[in-house]
Parts: sequence; structure tokens; C-alpha cells
Amino acid sequence: MNNSLLVVVLASGIAYGTPLLYGALGELLAERSGVLNLGVEGMMLVGAVIGFWTVQRVHANTGLSLAVAIGAAAVAGAAMALIHAFLVITLRASQIVSGLALTIFAGAAGLSSYLGNDLNLADAPARNQFHPIFPASVQNWPVVGPILFGQNVLVYASWACVVAVSLYLTRTRAGLNVRAVGESPAAADAMGIKVVAYRYAHTLAGGAFAGVAGATFTLAITPQWVSGITGGAGWIAIALVIFAFWRPALCLVGAYFFGALQALSPQLQAREIRLGPTELWTNALPYVMTVVVLALVSSSGARRRLGAPASLGLPYVREER
Amino acid sequence: MRTERRLRQPRWLLVAVPACSLVFAFFASGVVLLATGHDALSSYRLIFDAAFLNSGALGQTLIAATPLAFTGLAAAAAFRMRLFNIGGEGQLYVGAITAAAAGLYLGGKGGPSAFAIAAMVAAGCAGGAVWGLIPGILRAFFKTNEIITSLMLNYVAAYLLTYLIFNTQSYWRETKGFNATVFPTGKTLPDSALWPGATIHLRGGIVLPLGAGIAVLVAVLLWALYSRTRFGLEAQVLGDSPRAARYAGIRTRRKILAVMAISGAIAGLGGASQVGDFRHTLDADPNGLQKQYYGYTGIVVAALARYNPFAVVLVAFLVGGLQNAGNTLQGADFPSGLVGVMQGIILFSALGGELLVRYRVRFGRAAESAIPPATEPAA
Repeated sequence: MNNSLLVVVLASGIAYGTPLLYGALGELLAERSGVLNLGVEGMMLVGAVIGFWTVQRVHANTGLSLAVAIGAAAVAGAAMALIHAFLVITLRASQIVSGLALTIFAGAAGLSSYLGNDLNLADAPARNQFHPIFPASVQNWPVVGPILFGQNVLVYASWACVVAVSLYLTRTRAGLNVRAVGESPAAADAMGIKVVAYRYAHTLAGGAFAGVAGATFTLAITPQWVSGITGGAGWIAIALVIFAFWRPALCLVGAYFFGALQALSPQLQAREIRLGPTELWTNALPYVMTVVVLALVSSSGARRRLGAPASLGLPYVREER
Repeated sequence: MRTERRLRQPRWLLVAVPACSLVFAFFASGVVLLATGHDALSSYRLIFDAAFLNSGALGQTLIAATPLAFTGLAAAAAFRMRLFNIGGEGQLYVGAITAAAAGLYLGGKGGPSAFAIAAMVAAGCAGGAVWGLIPGILRAFFKTNEIITSLMLNYVAAYLLTYLIFNTQSYWRETKGFNATVFPTGKTLPDSALWPGATIHLRGGIVLPLGAGIAVLVAVLLWALYSRTRFGLEAQVLGDSPRAARYAGIRTRRKILAVMAISGAIAGLGGASQVGDFRHTLDADPNGLQKQYYGYTGIVVAALARYNPFAVVLVAFLVGGLQNAGNTLQGADFPSGLVGVMQGIILFSALGGELLVRYRVRFGRAAESAIPPATEPAA
């Protein structure tokens, strides 16, 4: 029963969806404050390489070295986001071009690959990696075992993050302020909210989440480093934020859906089930669906109901409002 | 420190700021090099030699620069109207697919070579234009953000390209020969569909690919379109102020569709040039078309050139040189990825420098009641 297609696809969909979820939560925070960061892929890759490097170099017990590695990946991601934040918030550069520049700078043909090659990280397995935390007897429970109890601690931590981000945005003063900054920075500024500080903080937080997302690949999914390991997950994360209408809980659903699609193609092949050009539609479907959803929700009325931050992508200059 | 908007941008600043940005970028990249234990100056020397001076280097640089000129012009055409088409990558793939189909079909028929090549050019344009029109239509009729849709379509095009090579029934896939049974490869174009190049006998022979010539021609046409025609003027008005454009009776939807089609067609031409000039097949090589990021780098090129078509060609040549050096030098002394780092830093500094062009930076506090000083003496 636990080997049935549905259970396997759901279980690995959650595993594959976890980096998407972290990345999307981070991008959601940045976008809610009005900063579009197209550099998620680059930030993820730098987090992946730094997290992996830390695990290889820190000689401590498993739990501690993994915790340090996740922390280092988060700091690395935030450092990348700082470049973007400085350019678009302080220097008012185009958010689109700056985000793309960040992906080129940090991405598969840039800093992440440079660091990985320079530090000789390729062709070695991770010294420590995240394992499922529940005992095998629990993991073997029918259906729920592999899906819910066969996961590593990063998966459970991501659920906590979804709850935390959701509560933060709807139930705390700071969270309400962020939304105000994303909707109408001029009004927020008039209320005494520090627009620049909020935008910086949330862009950096977004980078930290992206860094953790990258480390999820090198420390849990593949446990090794190769150049360009995220394979476009950063772009799916950006798509996911829109797909989820800027809601954390929907990010979770979307991430697992897209993750399951990724898991589906190899499973169908292994079971010799032919459903048309499987590799094509399972891989392309997340992107096509995002385009379709985006087209459906882009009338201005729908956009207001569904929560796209009104000032997304626009710089805020106090003197020019 | 505070900033105020310049009412007029002096001409010297448009040259001085990019130049200073470039110097700063080399300085910052030098810091990265030193921090990772490499000698910055000798690395720069190596890059410059490998890009422009070594025997055969210029030819390789042209090969690297040609696709960047196309994707750069494609980005410039759209960004000028504030249509952020970042789908150049996917439009290039689709252009390559359609041009390869045209070349394979017509080249095999035994007609004149010029006919097959012209058909490939047309097919590449058409393929790219169609792929560019999808986000264009969504933007024009549903006001869908073209940034995300064009980006998503890049991945759809990439998977389509992979599929067409790996699918056993694909028209583009080679089925005969030993290699084809070991690893999927694309069919090679027949000789009559290969694009010719002009050889200059200088420094070990420089081949000027047909695509490079077409790119320069496109740059001229694009310049003429935007600065010499009514269409270009209207497109720019629309970009600067959609409201003003509506009051002036400019047809917004048509302009969006036309500009996205033009932008996509230029990127598609880049794909056609890849197939016709250089690769001669739709390749599935893991380090092939999909790992070159021509579309994304083209946006960098366009931004560095401030969306001026002639500057795009020049910047494409320089960035192509950098890419070529990166490929040639890749090894122990020169870790791969360094070129991306340098490109990113150059772009970051250029973006930062924009502020100095658009704004005047003043130090010290402004007196609250003072009348703002006139920013420029009347010319």
C-alpha cells in the first residue's frame, strides 16, 4: 500500500516541495513589503553552496553541524538579498533588472559555481545530512507513515514557518505595517512607519529563507553539491507566490502540488505508465498553470480581492510622492 | 546626504557615469578575486588576452557576441516601451526550433541555398514572435504582468526543446548512425541550409558569421524604427506615460502586441542564427543552448547599453569577449563562474550609477524654508 503511486508521489512531493515552500515564503515576505526579488534562484544557489561547505568544514556532532549549516545558508542568502535591497531601495534601481542581475551574479554560472569549484565541493557526499526523524516503525504506518512521518526536520520546520509567517502578517503590529508598506508606502510613511527599514528587513528575511531553501537541496534532497543544483526551483518559487495569491497557507498547498508534479514523472516512467509526453507536461505544467492563473486573476478587481501588494515593484521616494 | 531629481541630464554624465561604474566594477571584482586567493591584475590580463588578443580569439568572441546582440536588441526593443519582456531566453529556443525545422525541410529539398537560409530567418522570426505574443496578448487584453508570464514561458520552451530532442518520433531527432543510438542528438542541417560567413585573413583568420551581420542590420532598423517613425514615437510616449498616450489617441493594445512581436522575433532570430551559423542542429548537449543563458545575459547587455540599439551591439561584443575568455580559461587558475560574478558586479555598478545620472546628490541638510536652487542654468 505504501508503494502505491499516490503515496509515493505525495511523500516525495512533500520532500521536493519543501525548498519551493521556503523560497516562496521568503519571496512572499519581500513582495508583501513591495519589493519584487527575481534573484531567488541565485540566493538559493548561494545558500546551497554555503550550507554544504559549512557541513563539510564544521567538525561537530550531526545536529549541531547541520544547525550551523542552515544558519550559515540563511546568512549567505540574506547577504545576497542585501545587494538587491541596497540597489532597489536606496539607489532606486529597476527591481526587475537588479533581480535578474542578482541571479546572474550569484547563480549557476556565477558566484555559487565559483565558490563550489574554488572550494572543491563537487564529487563528495555531505558529511552530515538530514534524515527522517521518526522511527522506522512509525514511518511504515499505512499511507500516513511515509507521507507525514517519513520526512526530515526541515519539512516540519517549514510547517512551523508557514504558521509563523501567516500569524505574523495577520496578527501582529509589525505584520500589518509590512502590508501597509507594500500597499501604500506614502500612507505608511505618513503614519510614521519606517518604509525603508521595513523593506530592507523583509527583503533580507526573504533572502534568508531562500538560502535555507537552497541548503535543503544540498543537505537533504541530494546530499551533495553540483553546480546549478536547484535547477530552476527559485523561479518556481516566484511563480508560487502569485499562484498562492500572496497567502502563506496556499504557498504550502502549491509547493506540494508542484513538488508532486516533479515526483510524478520518474515514478510514471519507473512503472511504465504512459500518459502522453509525460516528461513534457509534468515539467512544464507548473509554469503553464502559473501563466493561466495569473491571466485569470489579473483583472484589477480580482487583483485587489486576492491581495497583490499595490506598490509591488515600485520604488518609494519620500520627496517625490 | 539627500538627492534631488535632475531636470536635465548633461551629456558628459551619460559617458562619465558608465565609465566610472565600469572602473568600480573591475575594482570590486578584484576584491572578490583577491579574497579567494587569486592575483587580480594577472587574471584581468589573462581575460583581456583570451578575449581579444590571442590568435583566433576575436573569432570566438564574435561567436559568443552574436546571440547576445540578438537577445540584447530584443530586450532593448521591449524595455524601451517599459514592456519587461524577460522571455528572450524562451523566444530564442522557439526560434531555434522553427528555424531548424525550416532548414531541415527545405535544405533537404535541394533548392537554392539562399532560399533555405531566407526561410530559416523567416521561421526563426515567426517562432520567436509567436512565443513573445503570448505574454503580449495576456498583457494587452487581460493586463497580466508580462514579467512573470514571459519568464514562465522560458521554462515551457526549454522543456519543449528538450522534449523534441529526446522524443523518439521527433522530426528534429537524429535516428540513424551509431551515436544517435547511444545518446539522443538532433539531426544535422543539410549543407545548403548552413549560413555562410565572411573570412577576414587577420590574426589567424576571423570568421564574420552571417548572424553578426544580421544583428547589426537589426540594430540599424530598430534605431530607425524608434527614432525616425511615428510608431517609435508613439511607443515611447506609451512607455513614458500610458495616460498621455491614451489621451493622444494612441492605440495601446496594438502597440503592446507589435512591440512584443518585434522583441520576440529578434530573439527568435538569435535562435535561428544559433542553428544556422554555429550549431547546425537542435542540440541536446547538457552544455548546449540551454546552459548559455543568452536570453538573460541579453537583458544585462541591454541594460548596460541603456537600451540604445547601437550601444547594445558594442556591449554585446565586450560581454561576448568576457564570456569567451571565461570559456577558454576555465580551469584551476580560473574557476568557472568567475565570469558570471564579474557580469553581475558590472551590472550592479551600472545600475547604481544610474542614480547619479538621474539624480543630483547633495551633502548636508537642506534648510527647511529655502527655495530649492535652480538645478540647471538655462541653456
